[in-house]
Amino acid sequence: MQYHRPTSFNEAAALANQATGETRFLAGGTDVLVQLRADIVTPDTLIDIKSIPGVGDISQAPDGSWTIGIAVPGAEMREHIQLGKDWPGLVEAMDLIGSTQVQGRATLVGNLCNGSPAADSVPAMVAAGVELSVTGPTGSRRIAAVDVPVAPGRTSLAKGEVVSAVHVPARGKNAGDAYLRFIPRTEMDIAVVGCAINLTLDTDGTVTAARVALGAVAPTVLLVEDAANALIGSSLDEEALNRLAEAASAACNPISDKRGTVEFRTHVAGVLAKRTAKIAYARAQGENT
Amino acid sequence: MALDDQKPSGFKFVGTSPDRPDGLDKVTGRARFGADAYAPGMLHGAVVRSPHAHARIVRIDTSKAEALEGVKAVVTRADFVDGLQGEFGFVLENVMAGEKALYDGHAVAAVAASSQLIARDAVKLVEVEYEVLPHVTDVDAAMAENAPVLNDSYADASVPAGHHPNVVRYHDSGHGDVDAGFAEADLVIEDSFKTEATHQGYIEPHACLASLGGDGKGELWCTTQGHWIAQKTCAALVGIDTSQLRVTASEIGGGFGGKTTVFIEPVALALSRKANRPVKIVMTRSEVFRATGPTSSTSMDIKIGMKKDGTITAAQGIFRLQGGAFPGAPMEFSAMCAFAPYSLTNVHQVGYDVISNRPKQAAYRAPGAPMASFAVESVIDELCSQLDLDPIDVRLKNASREGTKASYGPKFERIGLVETLEAAKAHPHYSAPLEPGQGRGISCGFWFNHGGETSVSLALSEDGTCQISVGTPDIGGSRASMALMAAEELGIPYENIRVTIADTATLGYNDVSHGSRVTYASGLATIKAAKDAVGKLCKRAAAKWGIPEDAVYWEDGCAKPSGANAGNFDPMPLAKITKSMGRSGGPISGHFEATPEGAGVSFGTHIVDAEVDPETGKTAVVRYTVIQDAGKAIHPSYVEGQFQGGAAQGIGWALNEEYIYGEDGRLQNSIFLDYRVPVASDLPMIDTVIVEVPNPGHPYGVRGVGETGIVPPLAAIANAVSAAAGVRLRHLPMSPPRILRALKDKG
Ligand SMILES: Cc1cc2nc3c(=O)[nH]c(=O)nc-3n(C[C@H](O)[C@H](O)[C@H](O)COP(=O)(O)OP(=O)(O)OC[C@H]3O[C@@H](n4cnc5c(N)ncnc54)[C@H](O)[C@@H]3O)c2cc1C
Repeated sequence: MQYHRPTSFNEAAALANQATGETRFLAGGTDVLVQLRADIVTPDTLIDIKSIPGVGDISQAPDGSWTIGIAVPGAEMREHIQLGKDWPGLVEAMDLIGSTQVQGRATLVGNLCNGSPAADSVPAMVAAGVELSVTGPTGSRRIAAVDVPVAPGRTSLAKGEVVSAVHVPARGKNAGDAYLRFIPRTEMDIAVVGCAINLTLDTDGTVTAARVALGAVAPTVLLVEDAANALIGSSLDEEALNRLAEAASAACNPISDKRGTVEFRTHVAGVLAKRTAKIAYARAQGENT
Repeated sequence: MALDDQKPSGFKFVGTSPDRPDGLDKVTGRARFGADAYAPGMLHGAVVRSPHAHARIVRIDTSKAEALEGVKAVVTRADFVDGLQGEFGFVLENVMAGEKALYDGHAVAAVAASSQLIARDAVKLVEVEYEVLPHVTDVDAAMAENAPVLNDSYADASVPAGHHPNVVRYHDSGHGDVDAGFAEADLVIEDSFKTEATHQGYIEPHACLASLGGDGKGELWCTTQGHWIAQKTCAALVGIDTSQLRVTASEIGGGFGGKTTVFIEPVALALSRKANRPVKIVMTRSEVFRATGPTSSTSMDIKIGMKKDGTITAAQGIFRLQGGAFPGAPMEFSAMCAFAPYSLTNVHQVGYDVISNRPKQAAYRAPGAPMASFAVESVIDELCSQLDLDPIDVRLKNASREGTKASYGPKFERIGLVETLEAAKAHPHYSAPLEPGQGRGISCGFWFNHGGETSVSLALSEDGTCQISVGTPDIGGSRASMALMAAEELGIPYENIRVTIADTATLGYNDVSHGSRVTYASGLATIKAAKDAVGKLCKRAAAKWGIPEDAVYWEDGCAKPSGANAGNFDPMPLAKITKSMGRSGGPISGHFEATPEGAGVSFGTHIVDAEVDPETGKTAVVRYTVIQDAGKAIHPSYVEGQFQGGAAQGIGWALNEEYIYGEDGRLQNSIFLDYRVPVASDLPMIDTVIVEVPNPGHPYGVRGVGETGIVPPLAAIANAVSAAAGVRLRHLPMSPPRILRALKDKG
């Protein structure tokens, strides 16, 4: 196994491009190292990207948008007061990952690029409209988070491409997001269903924009337009919530496995969507929930 | 000399809760567990395991593995003793497959190499050709007519004709006439239940270090609940004399019954002998799940008749237990414990031990009893609710008492079931109001408890302190309890006593730390060994004073003349006698060995409040109270720890823990992420009430407490969840998908 510690994304991309066999980037390592030890994936090339300048920073642009470094762990996000005020759903989704120890390491990009359909921060990134900068052997591009996962364990990133920054839009007024997951226990578990909702309201409480994302109910994260449409124009009345639940359940394309049945996941997606929407709505109205 | 078996009226040390002697080591990481043994020149072993649930082993080619640099030995079944019969035969077949791999994870070969990584690589180079056979993992399916046959020679003479060869043992017991009893009942409920297999879930994986020379002399360090059984079994499997294998038990990170047998130990010995180097093997978590003892899964039918006033007129149960690929599922314990809390005129119980393509079951706290209790207590709960009777009153009305003929045969001696029920009724929990969406359940539970071969030695040091050697690995704070009992007898402070788990070369055979026997049996032996030493101390004092031995008695850590006639001497403290013992007759020690048979049975009653989310089927246990008869709590806070641990494991078993097999017969969830034991935040604070109805078979009245605590939880939680959900749950675990399904079916 080759271990590299590049100091720029161009160098990281070049190393990845030249590598043969299995290549992994080492961000927090909470997936990579676990898979290595469990004999699931033994990379031939391991590229540690934590020495690249700026990867641990969280910064806000004058327009209110955020850039999060690709090595920022969950714990740093949770302790960032202004980020948490703007994007409580994104931060809580990241915060649900693992334990205190894991929080000290785990990153948004690692969660996304590991490619698990159940990854907790991914629906929240998708609902928030997060985009990523990607550096490749031939230059850089920007890609929406929703377009990264293509199948369980696979992403749309080409050989030699490395994510170099996470861009979170400006929060804007009267807006809020939330994330809920269903697990049979209270923590240290993997989402059986995950739901993130991001809402913008007008001043009298009518939903003007909505994004609804579901995790663990399909091979990749789902951005459910019908579910969003069920909310737009409503002030989250019972009828809108029921339409939301129906649309969320209808979008599900899950598998039955050790973690839950098709029937269960489909039903609970609707239940969670309603509960998540209520929290996002309350936050958009300025409530501190 | 006043040495009798009377229970001291007032205890000075017993009943207090000092810190455990191994506490500092455990919180600082100094304690040495199974994986902490090292030896010069040590190799690392790794095991090749079958990916198939059932397959004939056509050929094993080890040449590529052997050719890998750093590989020092490869073993297969050919490296073990041939022709073993009975349990040793089953254990060998389990630790190293012979003609067939019988479950996913079954060991088929093993390698030893100079590093763990090389060993892991070498495992992949062992080529095994399998002929895959049809498999079966479900207990009912394994009994069905066309089920694949695992082994047609395992069934013993107890099995009536006409059963599938996978039914390997049969049990039938009871008394009275159940049909007549059912005819007398106002309401008869008959229902079927299933429980899935769970793992003991100890945090410490199996680990050992073995060294065996060509001269047939060996050493083994391992994490185990019983190093004498490990000694005996390993010696038999690798073909050496028992006494030539010295086994030392490490600190143990949980066992719960699962470390009462061997898995990797004989393999490490065989590798060591072949490589002529010490070999260490540490299991991964996945190996622990795939290849070490889970409990049985069950399928049960229960029928109980009750009169309008709550009197049980008859009870009948059929208990089918799947115990993996070998005989031994504890179905007779299911049958015998099922109705033990009740005084019944008519009772009948039948048990089936069924083999299937799963790992060999191992004991798990009160083996067989929790599942049976779940089924029986669910039906009693249903009867109470349909007849509108208070569940505690009904249990009190039918409760077993002193003199009751037990459902499993003998007459009960003094027992404490009624006391636990009365304490439950009086507990504020029982009358506390419930929130909407919550339900309350109660259940009783029973376990036999056990005596077993026991040998303890105690030696006094010249400074007046004491060291005790016991042979039962400390799985629940027992060193503290031994020290308390010795302190009580010797009259010296708890802190002046050090208790060591001695190796197999130091004491005679000690039965395993199981059957809730340690505080009872090793405790009894410790008390008697201390009395033995006290006798010798009195003798030395008598000699010094020049008075007869029987004119000296022992009190508060001193020899005293027994009265004015004996002479007027100042009390002689223990330390003064030991100081000169070298010159006054030599070292002073005490010893006791026996197979004590007075382990008092124990009963418990649990009260549980559960809340069910009707939209997701998710359950939260919001309040839990354990009430159990401990006979006498030597160290009350460790007794409470046992109660709480039983409840915590029961919550896992009832709600989320289960072995999940795919269509391919492979275990789907062999890591803690998907095998869902409760985490701390899943549990409420578990309240405890220690009832003390002394066991006449122990000098201080001790009854074992380690196992009874896991018998009632499954039923108590199921009763609470059923009440909260408004529908009877008959299949454990009551995972959210199962609860949601039941809610939907109810409509
Ligand atoms: C105990 C435990 C509990 C966990 N609990 C949860 C949970 O509750 N929810 C959950 O969703 N996950 C959970 N996880 C999984 C894991 O912690 C998360 O997926 C985490 O976010 C991964 O981030 P990381 O930085 O550690 O990724 P790494 O392990 O470093 O990398 C993961 C993958 O992402 C790729 N990658 C990383 N950075 C980049 C980059 N910049 N560009 C391109 N590819 C990149 C790597 O090549 C690798 O394939 C848990 C893990 C553990 C060990």
